[in-house]
Amino acid sequence: MARTLFAALAGAIFGLGLMLSGMTDTRSVQGFLDIFGAWNPTLAFVMGGAMIPMAIAWRVAARRKTAALGGSFPAMPPPRFDINLIGGSAAFGAGWALTGFCPGPALASLSFGGWQGLVFIAAMAGGALLAAPLRR
Amino acid sequence: MDINWLYGLLGGLVIGTAGAIYLLVNGRIMGPSGSLGGLMDGSDRSGEQWGFVAGLIAVPAVAALIIPMQTYATSNWAVLVIGGLLVGFGTRLANGCTSGHGVCGISRLSPRGIVASASYVGAGMVVMTVLRHVWGVM
Repeated sequence: MARTLFAALAGAIFGLGLMLSGMTDTRSVQGFLDIFGAWNPTLAFVMGGAMIPMAIAWRVAARRKTAALGGSFPAMPPPRFDINLIGGSAAFGAGWALTGFCPGPALASLSFGGWQGLVFIAAMAGGALLAAPLRR
Repeated sequence: MDINWLYGLLGGLVIGTAGAIYLLVNGRIMGPSGSLGGLMDGSDRSGEQWGFVAGLIAVPAVAALIIPMQTYATSNWAVLVIGGLLVGFGTRLANGCTSGHGVCGISRLSPRGIVASASYVGAGMVVMTVLRHVWGVM
């Protein structure tokens, strides 16, 4: 129960951060990718800002054995650069440019994203299912 | 003076705080593509996954009652379907998105996180450039 509650808390704070940062505005994301147009650097500030607490958290995790609710921390994955990682990420980048949505902001904007957001989320869920047999 | 960058930085700090809590309390990497994918294909339907997605959807829904929000997404349904399929398929195949590979991966200097992020940002910039400046659409 505590695990579910803290997961919900993390999701809630994540959603607020996505709203505050403007990342639920697809124009801002597309503007970041449009390096030969009116480039919008906001996404770089979002990523930079998010790295600060996260980098501290990794340092703290390195000095502890277990998470607060028990269980080990995720190990560093071995540096394996296969087609799934590079090709999958490239496919994601193409869809990201087309729509201005990545998974977090798409879910965060479910309530106010209109039918456009619902169509995107449904397609994204379908795409995740298509990938399931190809994982590992 | 445009202060979007300041909201970006502040929002980023909030996003990173969420990731830090999820890591230090639950021992998990914050990744909405992994949560959605695990719930969809049944590989991880734990309470944590449901809780994370519920919080991520519910709190902006309440906040949007106070501050009206819009996504300004395209109304071209074919673009939304193709884009959604690519995002869902690609992030699941690569095992992460802007959050898991980007925020959580780069901040621990994970080689896979750095390579994945270079790939999706690079591909995104190429596709955007072709669409807007070569083909002149969007």
